Amino acid sequence: MRSRPRGGPAQSALRTMGALLEVRNLRVEFGPREAPFPAVDGVDLQVDRGEVLGIVGESGSGKSVSMLAVLGLIDAPGRVSAEALRFEGRDLLTMKPRERRGIVGKDIAIVFQDALASLNPAYSVGFQIGEVLEAHLGFKGAAQRSRVIKLLEQVEMPDAKRRIDAYPHQLSGGMNQRVGIAMALACNPRLLIADEPTTSLDVTVQAQIMALLARLQREREMALVLITHDLALVAEHAHRVAVMYAGQVVETAAVPALFDAPRHPYTAALLAALPEHNRGAKRLEALPGIVPGRFDRPRGCLLAPRCPRVQPRCTVERPALQDGVRCFFPLSLRESPGVRAAE
Amino acid sequence: MNASAMVEAAPPTPLAELWHGYSANRGALAALVVLALIVFGAVFAPWLAPHDPIEQFRAHMLTPPLWQVGGMASYPLGTDELGRCILSRLLHGARISLAIGALSVLMSMVPGVVLGLVAAFYERTLSAPIMRAMDVLLALPGILLAICVITILGPGLVNTMIAIAVGALPGYTRLARGAALVERSKEYVTASRVAGAGTMRLMFVTVLPNCLAPLIVNATLSFSSAVLETAALGFLGLGVPAPLPEWGTMLASARDYIARAPWVVTMPGLAILVSVLAINLVGDGLRDALDPKLKRLQ
Repeated sequence: MRSRPRGGPAQSALRTMGALLEVRNLRVEFGPREAPFPAVDGVDLQVDRGEVLGIVGESGSGKSVSMLAVLGLIDAPGRVSAEALRFEGRDLLTMKPRERRGIVGKDIAIVFQDALASLNPAYSVGFQIGEVLEAHLGFKGAAQRSRVIKLLEQVEMPDAKRRIDAYPHQLSGGMNQRVGIAMALACNPRLLIADEPTTSLDVTVQAQIMALLARLQREREMALVLITHDLALVAEHAHRVAVMYAGQVVETAAVPALFDAPRHPYTAALLAALPEHNRGAKRLEALPGIVPGRFDRPRGCLLAPRCPRVQPRCTVERPALQDGVRCFFPLSLRESPGVRAAE
Repeated sequence: MNASAMVEAAPPTPLAELWHGYSANRGALAALVVLALIVFGAVFAPWLAPHDPIEQFRAHMLTPPLWQVGGMASYPLGTDELGRCILSRLLHGARISLAIGALSVLMSMVPGVVLGLVAAFYERTLSAPIMRAMDVLLALPGILLAICVITILGPGLVNTMIAIAVGALPGYTRLARGAALVERSKEYVTASRVAGAGTMRLMFVTVLPNCLAPLIVNATLSFSSAVLETAALGFLGLGVPAPLPEWGTMLASARDYIARAPWVVTMPGLAILVSVLAINLVGDGLRDALDPKLKRLQ
């Protein structure tokens, strides 16, 4: 939790090269058109080349849905709109589906949360990795097989030559996640989205998988979006972090800054709930209430019903994201619990 | 195959696992042997049968089977009212019954699965018309539907298959759609989409193999009901035309002699009973072996 990403200067050099993925005012709506439920409500995100962006937030905050929208995986009842959804300057929303299929899976890949569920039980893992290679790079036969073995070795699969013919149910959770990563990396993506890649694994395997992802990210200079609700993972691996609440980004900042001095009350509450900040306390600190659902979205700030610092203005007006924080009355440096805990 | 897999300690193939699960069930194993014998008899009928199935031996009409008084070694199961060898007719009849069963299963399974997958993948457009049409078919009793089809197309071997296939179609469609809907929402389908698979590939390569277990079980069970329905149609005089040795037709033409020569009606009846029972037991065994929930209990 305490360790910070190394190589700060290198990272800022990378950031000047321009955005790899640019998302402006992304909205994903479900339900009837007259009374839609916005699962993602005006999200702005930017991922630079070689950057690790952490997206944190509790369940139902729209982390996964916004990334599925980027990949074009939101199906018919859901509606996706955005001012801009650009990958390397090309607009993903206006391009033809065929063109988009050429980018998604090749240049943008995803690692899913539940490794076993994300692999097809009817085929061997080698076949499934080979399928990706064939679809995007045209590898077939022996060349494909040797390439699959190489990929499995890169993700540190023990005994790759034999495991290539194994079926997902014959492998452990950690090994399946390695297969999932190998599938995602098959075409050398420039952006990898990891949707809670370690949530379904136990702690030791979790550490191995995160170390693997971090190594691959560094070696390939690939951008990584790390979706998680584990703040420790973000603190350890991300360069920048976006905190999401009820479909909106409420705060985005570089990693040390956010942890040292959160400015949004929600971020502050998240950090305050960490066991590290509650040493000696009988109970962990918690933010009362739940994320607003479909029928109880407040008119003003979405956090207003739960916010400990709520003001009259918060209940009538909805704040915009300004200087990386979506709050009318952001916390100043002095008040933040990170500083208090450090003292 | 099993042994070599053990030696190399390589993961067993799905087929080896299926056999392992299936062979644990003794009843199913016995049924498989019986079914194999019936198939063997059907395939080699021309060589196994002592006589031509439609040749009439006028001198030996209604000869009782071998073990009864008056039985003859050249007609082990006796002869019917026209002096035809019953054993030969049963062996050749197995060909007809099994062929109709197998082909009608194929003729209902293939379109049924395609319709079911299409209904699952085009939920907003094609699902409703397909499923309502299937509901219409389901609203009619199977045998009535078959009689309707026969009335329209006329009796005959191929038309019997079509009639039975139409009756079995909704079962496959609903089963395939249900299984595909469950599978379609799983993450591996999303993963396949990310990997660049189009709808056709998703339907037939990604999802279909995972829906096969219930479909295979349904196929064996509807195979046995096809054999029964063929016999029923034959009994009603709507099935395979007269000289052909079809089990149901044999049963129908023998019912006048039920008191005088019971073996004429017993033999085809037993043939139907044994083969349907064997196929059903094989189906049950397959279901147990293919069901992952039951597999874990063993």
